[in-house]
Amino acid sequence: MAQRRAILSRTTLTVALALLAPLSLSACGSSTGSSSGSADTLRVMDYYADQPDKGIYAKVLDACGRQDGVKIKREAVAGPSLIPKVLQQASSRTLPDVLMLDNPDLQQIAASGALAPLSDFGLKADGYAKGVVDASTYQGKLYGLQPVTNTLGLFYNKDMLDRAGVKPPTTWAELKSAAKKLTSGKRYGIAFAAPATYEGTWQFLPFMWSNGGDEKDIATPQTAQALQLWVDLVKDGSASKSVVSWAQADADDQFAAGNAAMMINGPWQFPILDKKTSLHYGVVQIPAPKAGGTPVVPLGGETWTVPQTGNAQRQAKAAKVVACLNSDKNQLSLAEQRQTVPTRTALMDKFAAEQPRMKAFTEQVRNARARTGELGKDWPKAATKIYTAIQTALTQGATPAKALKQAQDG
Amino acid sequence: MADVLRRAVRTKGHTVQAAESAPEGRRLGKLGKRGRRGQSHLLFLLPALAYMVAFFGYPVVKNVVMGFQHYTTTTFYTGQAPWVGFTNYRAVISSSVFDKALLNTVLFTVGSIAGQFLTGLTIALFFRRKFPLNGVLRSLLLLPWLVPLIVSSAVWRWILDQDNGVLNRFLGALHLVQDRPGWLTSTSLALFAVIVVNIWIGIPFNVAILYGGLQDIPEELYEAASLDGATGWRAFRYVTWPLLRPVVSVVLVLGVVYTVKVLDVILGLTNGGPANATQTIASQSYQLSFQQFDFGQGAALGNILIVISLVFAVLYLRANRRAVEQ
Repeated sequence: MAQRRAILSRTTLTVALALLAPLSLSACGSSTGSSSGSADTLRVMDYYADQPDKGIYAKVLDACGRQDGVKIKREAVAGPSLIPKVLQQASSRTLPDVLMLDNPDLQQIAASGALAPLSDFGLKADGYAKGVVDASTYQGKLYGLQPVTNTLGLFYNKDMLDRAGVKPPTTWAELKSAAKKLTSGKRYGIAFAAPATYEGTWQFLPFMWSNGGDEKDIATPQTAQALQLWVDLVKDGSASKSVVSWAQADADDQFAAGNAAMMINGPWQFPILDKKTSLHYGVVQIPAPKAGGTPVVPLGGETWTVPQTGNAQRQAKAAKVVACLNSDKNQLSLAEQRQTVPTRTALMDKFAAEQPRMKAFTEQVRNARARTGELGKDWPKAATKIYTAIQTALTQGATPAKALKQAQDG
Repeated sequence: MADVLRRAVRTKGHTVQAAESAPEGRRLGKLGKRGRRGQSHLLFLLPALAYMVAFFGYPVVKNVVMGFQHYTTTTFYTGQAPWVGFTNYRAVISSSVFDKALLNTVLFTVGSIAGQFLTGLTIALFFRRKFPLNGVLRSLLLLPWLVPLIVSSAVWRWILDQDNGVLNRFLGALHLVQDRPGWLTSTSLALFAVIVVNIWIGIPFNVAILYGGLQDIPEELYEAASLDGATGWRAFRYVTWPLLRPVVSVVLVLGVVYTVKVLDVILGLTNGGPANATQTIASQSYQLSFQQFDFGQGAALGNILIVISLVFAVLYLRANRRAVEQ
């Protein structure tokens, strides 16, 4: 009896403990402080843990370190563990000297006070695409500089479109009819990702924003029309019903396997698609609602920050490394190596000319928006509402307007 | 976690009964009589107590407190978490997802436990018979336990895929279904599919403990019962079931406590979708804390989950006490 009770209470407490993960973040900080010590080694943290990105950044970081006369001690963590790690380091005051953040997370972390405004070190974001600056700005102050960005485009299978006599669509109406025409047998006209995660929201934003929708209030006719487009594509069989469970990588698999003639995806899929030599594909801009319209896409990519470590000398050197990562030369070389787009508008023409398949993405970046541009650290709540509405409309037969209203009201 | 499971398995039959027969009253009496010995007893308890306070007491208290605070990413840096009273609880309970998540939690728990227990018991009874390869097959049954959950949910996602999944291909080839069912993409099927996967994961645990319990029932009882005419179903009803009951209650309570908080299976298969069809209190708590960075609301939901677990713990203890008194 006694022992059984002990087991039971142990289990109950294990459950309790499992739910207390946030606490463990604050409770166990490592003791390797960065606030003390000399300024000849800088700690850098990012989430480029996989090749080739890992090696590309190792090279450019080392080069920037040499230029500023410091050694770089870099830690690359897996993507999902970056923010928990940052929070843990923030509470134990062990933040690195240079910190990379996914751009929609910057305002969240800047709001906590853990980052230093870059104006303290004389850094400015002159000549950068507006959306990129918006993402790295919190309450009027610049906290990060982002060397390269990426976004979504419309990938199409050249052979399939040729055979069907279809041109890459530029408007929603063309997209719908092209997708329908390209659907045959087991092949869907288009693949996109609409899962119950921020990835679903990210994929929907080009349609929502291009049509004048806004995240502050999603219960608007503009957003409803955009959602109607997705509902129509799934309803008439041009897109699989599975889109509600697909991540972007799944959509890419379908496209690569020839199960979809077009897809919404980003340039980070190039290396995977290029492995399949029999696949001939092209990329165009996301179709606009009407002819002559401009697609407004969301900006991806990571921004580099200087955390408040309390050591002015090291912070100054860290800021130099951030500036070096963002030099014209490094922007171009990073963009070229990582299939991304330089963020300084002056570099874009040259880049698009040199990298033809990045052209569609580069053109779109000029008008692109930051996800956190309007709502800042309240973006996660809005993003959750958006993917919830998408899922409701796609799976439950609710009209887009109703699904959006329901999600907006929480 | 795995450790607790293993310990629970070890605590089958004999150990449980042995522990039960140790008279607690006498031990307590000794403590009172010999103070010095009592003190040394306390000293021996200290490490365990310190451990419990540090690793269980503190987190629970902290989580309860966090539920009453506006606890965000900022708190981690500034340490400031304004007291907001019941605001977090009001917010999570009044949110439209809560009712659905609560219902899903109940359905998920009841469905999983019923499925795991019945299948587990059937398999355990089956393995009581002596037949060749009995041991090998029984150890193979433990396989789902050995596969990391991330891996098994990825494989299940692939099996259950609507267009190209093995299951739908198989059903289609047998002409069992007209349209390919969207196991993970239809709001009416997704919860069912997630429960089935969770049953698959839970069967080894149930088989292992129930099989252990069955081993402890003396063969003579069945012989005596069969002399009285009780064989087959009646032997199960009047011999197996009453003697297995202590083990059954351990399995069920542990099962409930493990299932109520299941997170990885849901995140791996559906992430709470489609349209919150598989959202449970645990997955919602995770999303609030780690995706929306609202740790206060996440903790509030977590506390609600702890209370649910505690209710079962209390029910279990009371049922147990009654059994002992009888």
